[in-house]
Amino acid sequence: MHWQAEVHVRLRPGIADPEGQTIAGGLRSLGFATVSDVRAGKLLRLAFEAPDRTSAEAAVAEMCRRLLANPVMETADWELRADEAAAVEVGA
Amino acid sequence: MSRSPRIAVVVFPGTWSDRDFIHVAGLLGWEARLVWHLDSDLGDPDAVVLPGGFAHGDYLRTGAIARFSPVMRAVEAFAAAGGAVLGSCNGFQVLTEAGILPGVLLRNDHLEFRCDWQPLRVEHAAGPWLGGLTDGETIRMPISHGEGRYYADPEVLDELEASGRVVLRYADANPNGSLRSIAGIVNARGNVLGLMPHPERAAEAEVGGTDGLRLLRSLDSWLVAQPALAERRL
Repeated sequence: MHWQAEVHVRLRPGIADPEGQTIAGGLRSLGFATVSDVRAGKLLRLAFEAPDRTSAEAAVAEMCRRLLANPVMETADWELRADEAAAVEVGA
Repeated sequence: MSRSPRIAVVVFPGTWSDRDFIHVAGLLGWEARLVWHLDSDLGDPDAVVLPGGFAHGDYLRTGAIARFSPVMRAVEAFAAAGGAVLGSCNGFQVLTEAGILPGVLLRNDHLEFRCDWQPLRVEHAAGPWLGGLTDGETIRMPISHGEGRYYADPEVLDELEASGRVVLRYADANPNGSLRSIAGIVNARGNVLGLMPHPERAAEAEVGGTDGLRLLRSLDSWLVAQPALAERRL
């Protein structure tokens, strides 16, 4: 089965995020005066194969643990969905 | 000493200080060779250097992909056996990602890439890379990085401080927001040094200073004092 995962990598709470603070300052300069905070992160979209949802979830968790996020400074969460479009293409 | 120290200088795609280290090794009378990141054999060196640069484009996080290069298995084994390892700048970032040193290097707090001469306080002049310096002295070496803000949990920082493993601190102004002004740390055994400054760029008076050469020269007497290594070197 084909799967797509959108992985969100975020700086852990409490870690200073100068990039986010700079973006927040830019938004306030543009006139969005009520913006009090921005946290910058990463969005990674993965396409991969796994026999079922349980093993797909386990694979994403392992990828996050071993490479995609560094637990010293980051957390990762994700949305996983079966990629039916890819399945149709391959099946055709 | 029966022969010159042999140094392995690891090269990842994007490493940029490798040939500077080779040049400086020549000034020190060391034999040095480049080891490509896909090699899993370091070639039985006396010390290993992970130079600065942008390994694998710094993609995902600095050092994150380099950690999985085959050569890193050999570096880990060499470090675990007590061998002298130096990670400068990007090399420091690789060592933290590999878990050989604790903590992580984050984006500079001012978001600028900072390239400048930096005064540094030597907190603990011990081990293969700092043993030739003096506790409390101030040395000068260039820094050249966008991600040098050392971060670790407060408990880890306290442990590093208590065990004397914060070996180099930024003197005067902190150039990147590094916690407790940390510029360099060693592992628990003291044989692995990670530092943001570039000793290889402070090796000739013509380019501004020689404190980096003094730092690197520490290795000579350290190697002589290692019985196991000395025996192997006969």
